[in-house]
Amino acid sequence: MSIRILNGGMLTTVQDNGRIGYQQFGVPVSGAMDQQAAAIANILVGNEDNEAVLEVTMLGPRIEFQEANCIAVTGGDLTPQLNGKSLPMNRAVAVQKGQVLSFAAPRSGCRAYIAFAGGLEIPQVMGSRSTYLKAKIGGLEGRKLDKEDVLTFRAPVAQLPNMEKRAVADAETFTKPDVTLRVVLGPQDDAFTEAGIKTFLGETYAVTVQSDRMGCRLDGPVIEHVKDGNIISDGISFGAIQVPSEGKPIIMVADRQTVGGYTKIATVISADHSKAAQIKAGDKIRFVQVGITEAQDLYLDRKAYLRALREALSHAYDPSAGPAKQPPRPQKYACLPR
Amino acid sequence: MDSVKFLLTGDTSVSVEFGNEISTAINAKIRAFNIALQGSGIKGIVETVPSYRALMVHYDPAVIRYEKLVEQMQGLMGDLDKIEIPPSDVLEIPVLYGGEEGPDLEFVAKHNNKTPEEVIKIHSSTEYLIYMLGFTPGFTYLGGMSKEIATPRLQSPRVKIPGGSVGIAGEQTGVYPIDSPGGWQLIGLTPVKMYDPNRAVPILPEAGQYIKFRPIDRKEFERIQKQVEAGAYECRRYPKKEEQK
Repeated sequence: MSIRILNGGMLTTVQDNGRIGYQQFGVPVSGAMDQQAAAIANILVGNEDNEAVLEVTMLGPRIEFQEANCIAVTGGDLTPQLNGKSLPMNRAVAVQKGQVLSFAAPRSGCRAYIAFAGGLEIPQVMGSRSTYLKAKIGGLEGRKLDKEDVLTFRAPVAQLPNMEKRAVADAETFTKPDVTLRVVLGPQDDAFTEAGIKTFLGETYAVTVQSDRMGCRLDGPVIEHVKDGNIISDGISFGAIQVPSEGKPIIMVADRQTVGGYTKIATVISADHSKAAQIKAGDKIRFVQVGITEAQDLYLDRKAYLRALREALSHAYDPSAGPAKQPPRPQKYACLPR
Repeated sequence: MDSVKFLLTGDTSVSVEFGNEISTAINAKIRAFNIALQGSGIKGIVETVPSYRALMVHYDPAVIRYEKLVEQMQGLMGDLDKIEIPPSDVLEIPVLYGGEEGPDLEFVAKHNNKTPEEVIKIHSSTEYLIYMLGFTPGFTYLGGMSKEIATPRLQSPRVKIPGGSVGIAGEQTGVYPIDSPGGWQLIGLTPVKMYDPNRAVPILPEAGQYIKFRPIDRKEFERIQKQVEAGAYECRRYPKKEEQK
């Protein structure tokens, strides 16, 4: 026994980096919606990037610690509190037995991540601890966390070396309701008229309440097809923007089906997956086209950022190495100003 | 191979499209390319996902960038006809047809002016190509069903269909891997679990293989069911006979 759920919140699930290698068998990838936030949380508490974390959605859970450990909360600001007092985000925090982690009200973003040093004792299903609700696999019995559920720490630590340095000062925030998502066009951009592409890249789309871990439905001007929105089914990647015949885009995310029969006009680039994961009903979305080279440069920047963060923290272990340096955040990593 | 297209599906995957129709020839090319790619030693490939007409290739741009990957994959295309492709396996799935397990068998027969026995014979005499898996874990999109037993979906879908049910929808046939709602005409049930998340091999069928249904009686159904529960049943597999190029 390590943590006891006093209240599950709206939707709290165990997630890691997802089921890799099983899409060919029709198994969705799942995993944390905001992979970057989950990885940062893990790195802050000394875990591997892909260790299982709790993904908290909008209204967070109340969690009682039955054992001391170090934790980090990242991602959207859902107002985390420890014993009723504000808990700093994006920083490793030592928690004591008996303390209660709770969340007040969502302030920005949609999803927060809680990492526990040493990880959680959760069996792997098809190589992953991620919960996939629809097939009831992974996580805790394939479902969201509920009152009286108990999860066990795998290798808790009461203290980590250099606790005060285990923080990210410039973590991405999700405070703006106007979000620009960068995309590369394709795979079926040729199924749309020139006017359709212009609409897609020029207009603003509103996030609807019909948005979940599978897809994020947007509302706005109709995107015109050459013929219609149907294709012979093919694969779907994270961030693929599906446009069925009705002409309204859907951003496909973590629990998306592996294959689908609707035209996909473009794909949100990896560097903006966090932003896509953190949008919520009412937010306004604009799409901006970039090329594949730029998209991959940005992908590498984010990988380098995580690597540098880990490096900086591992140096922190060695007192002779001097004070740990924060990795400079790549400029391109910053949210695009509107 | 001039018709092969490399379509951008984001910055960590690419869709290698071999055509724009559902055909066994295109699917054979996808299988050949998938095998060639796995054996190519190209680094940075994370996973591949076959579908009707394309192979989606997920990769890590930190290891290989888009242009380089496409160049290397293009290099494989020329040799596709030359490399040795092992024959596809046929996966034999035992099915108890009719009765409670196949409540729509009579309707399928009547709809096609056939007897239930004729429907069973037709349904179980084909080796069906698995074009791809999707929709739910382990669900197979099969090709090759005879039009003689084609039957439209139910007017009103059932709320819960037991996993293992074998059904017909239009000119398609398939097996429900898990309990789910659905509108297919149910003609039988297999005791074999196509999908079991906790098994060493969680999903039995693979894209590019074939499925053949073998009619069994209730006694054999119960025997196999016991073996399945004990984890001791293995479906018969045999190499597909004819060369498929």
